[in-house]
Amino acid sequence: MKIEMETRGLNFYYVGGVHALKDVTLPIYKNSVTALIGPSGCGKTTLLRCFNRMHDLYPGNRYEGEIIFEGTNILSNDIDLIELRSRIGMVFQKPTPFPMSIFDNVAYGLRLNGVKKKPDLAERVELALRQAALWQEVKDKLLESAYALSGGQQQRLVIARALAVEPDVILFDEPTSALDPISTAKIEELLEQLKKSVTIIIVTHNLQQAARVSDRTGFLMLGELIEFDATEAMFTAPNVKLTVDYVTGRFG
Amino acid sequence: MIEQLRVKFARRGQAFGLAPSFILPLKGKILKRALQMGIGPKKNTADILFYGLTALASFTVLMIILGVFFVLLKESALSIREFGVIRFISSTDWNPVTESFGAATNLFGTAVTTLLAMVMAIPVALGIAIFITEVAPSSLKGPVGAAIELLAAIPSIIYGMWGLFTLAPIMAEYIEPALQSTLGRVPLLGILFHGTPMGIDILTASVVLSIMIIPFTASISRDAFNLTPSVVKESAYALGATRWEVVKNVVVPYSKIGIFGGAVLSLGRALGETMAVAFVLGNNHQITSSLFDAAATITVTLANEFTEADTNLYLSSLFYLALLLFVLSFLTLAVAKFFMLRTERRHSR
Repeated sequence: MKIEMETRGLNFYYVGGVHALKDVTLPIYKNSVTALIGPSGCGKTTLLRCFNRMHDLYPGNRYEGEIIFEGTNILSNDIDLIELRSRIGMVFQKPTPFPMSIFDNVAYGLRLNGVKKKPDLAERVELALRQAALWQEVKDKLLESAYALSGGQQQRLVIARALAVEPDVILFDEPTSALDPISTAKIEELLEQLKKSVTIIIVTHNLQQAARVSDRTGFLMLGELIEFDATEAMFTAPNVKLTVDYVTGRFG
Repeated sequence: MIEQLRVKFARRGQAFGLAPSFILPLKGKILKRALQMGIGPKKNTADILFYGLTALASFTVLMIILGVFFVLLKESALSIREFGVIRFISSTDWNPVTESFGAATNLFGTAVTTLLAMVMAIPVALGIAIFITEVAPSSLKGPVGAAIELLAAIPSIIYGMWGLFTLAPIMAEYIEPALQSTLGRVPLLGILFHGTPMGIDILTASVVLSIMIIPFTASISRDAFNLTPSVVKESAYALGATRWEVVKNVVVPYSKIGIFGGAVLSLGRALGETMAVAFVLGNNHQITSSLFDAAATITVTLANEFTEADTNLYLSSLFYLALLLFVLSFLTLAVAKFFMLRTERRHSR
């Protein structure tokens, strides 16, 4: 299996010096789903946001170590963040449609990347919406406001928006925690489909979800990566006592 | 049931010094309504007192608005009878000697200075708001924000003095001649810039006005921008958007209503601003095509001419002007409020 991204000795400090990630070394395999689990405040979301350097939006945050993506360290200073973020998409906990039409939401990233021609845009928007299993539901109302959609539809729209720019990796930050069970099931199904074309990293609070959708799971606690293994092994035969306690629900 | 209620209310009322004869004749409907609103006999005294005081406070506002309106109406009655509405609004005559009064020149002055001020102020204010919320490092946000709010705290007469003694000479000597020799040469546009630049004119007044309303628009827009959820901004960044693209496509559309509200508040302030404009507008009743000409706004006329108004009709016409301004401000705010409510409703759907 090919490795898409890899963190090496990654440390992360928030403004004021809070040491949020401690020496995390973690491989992310290509075309697979990697789940990050752990109790609240363990650093899983912090880790996720390192992969597209989201922390750079807020001054004072500091990285140490390396994240290797296609042979280069994306934590180095000469990385073009705009370019990096168009290669590594992100989906958040709550749906975040932009205040524009459904079509324009999906076309947004494409337009940023310089796709201007109407037919090209239309084609790629349709493709992305199909990939996100939303096309059938919205094809007749592409020009309506994205706010008119339900929460689950909005979340799939946001996924379509991320897919449209054909990223290599998509980061999911608890993408279903604000959704009902049916919408959750749809999104989980979608992840299964999507990993054929993109690499997926997902942060989740829901252990069953991690077990259902992921191929590999990393367990974090207090900023440290406690254990990383194939998901099945993690949930059936973990090597570390802490992992056993967490996945069996003894704390968390 | 109603009878019992009535008696109970009467007893309750007596505790407040209300005569039973005041409460007993009240209709059952009113008593029931009072119950619903929480002033039933079962409620405690503090609640009733609280209800009464807050209601009184709100009604006072209504009464004052109505009172002002009726006073204006009463005082301007003479002029309304003399000139009517259409003739008063459309007549450019303002001649105390022949006692012929029309509001057109004043309306023109008010409209032009206000519009021009808005055109100049809104882009600057938005720029300030964007800088404070999205661009400035946090060490600058506080000081710049505070400076903007201080700008709003300066009394308008000081702006007027500054306009007269500092800005007007600069306008007359440098800016207006420069405009005249550049934009003034453009066909059609040129008529806006003809005449001798004196510095005491529509353009200078608009500049002073715009400086006065910038802080309002800026601080309201800033608050609106701050309401944009950070995840939505982050999702745009996550797609590879630049700071400018995030502001343009996410933050501004998200805060449209707030920006609009800020603009309308400034519009209200610009419409009614008196002292700052009085110093630099020249108080000349004319409708002119050149921005380098003196003019008069409603407020400036009122401020300048009340002491001179020696006849009843003159005085009454001034009141009539005030009434027009009152209605104008009221309508502007009402229309703005209506649009804001509508967009808000559409937004929340």
